Amino acid sequence: MVNRQVVGAHYGLRDWLAQRVTAVVMIIYTLILLGMLAMLPRIDFWHWKALWTVDVMRYATAVFLVSLFYHCWVGVRNIFMDYIKDTGLRLTLHAIVILALTWYAAWSLQILWGM
Amino acid sequence: MNKPRPKYLNLFQIRFPVMAIVSGMHRISGAVLFLFLPLFLWMLQMSLESRQSFEALRAVAANPFMKLVLLGLLWGYVHHLCAGIRHLALDLHIGTELAGARLSSMVVMVVSIGVTLGAGVALW
Repeated sequence: MVNRQVVGAHYGLRDWLAQRVTAVVMIIYTLILLGMLAMLPRIDFWHWKALWTVDVMRYATAVFLVSLFYHCWVGVRNIFMDYIKDTGLRLTLHAIVILALTWYAAWSLQILWGM
Repeated sequence: MNKPRPKYLNLFQIRFPVMAIVSGMHRISGAVLFLFLPLFLWMLQMSLESRQSFEALRAVAANPFMKLVLLGLLWGYVHHLCAGIRHLALDLHIGTELAGARLSSMVVMVVSIGVTLGAGVALW
């Protein structure tokens, strides 16, 4: 019988890869956003708002934020796996983080498309 | 030869090479940025909702304590970003030699602190 644990490192190649892909997405987005900000004649409400009504900006930000939340999940889970020894507590914390990140994702969409 | 176990590491007596400091700060900054996600989303929301909320946010951000918090978070972001790029380079087997690893760690520290100081000067 293979002795598998209920929780653990899920033989983590997929997460390892996801962490890096999302990181590259966020690096590119950061550079794009800095470029956009540099092109604004000045930062007041109207210029700022106009920047965010461009569809490309909305979708780019949505991709960035979803990448960010996925990246957070892998990173925070790694931290919990390293320091939280008690399985019940660790799973509870995992659940809280998943719920929080899901909430943030819904909130992000509301901010981007609800304005 | 059996060494007596368990071993207890006294973190205050270990000499941390700069690579270890950069790596530790990568983890700490990541955790802090995660904890402050609601603040970032709230700020984005306030900045876009209306002209009134935009100005209200500007007033909040003008508070010296808030400036300090935001500056600290900027440091965390830039450090995490630079250390992350360094990790990607290491994955590609770039800079895995001791000298290169030490140099790139120094670069991460200097760039992130430099950007933060620059932003601090611009803010005040």
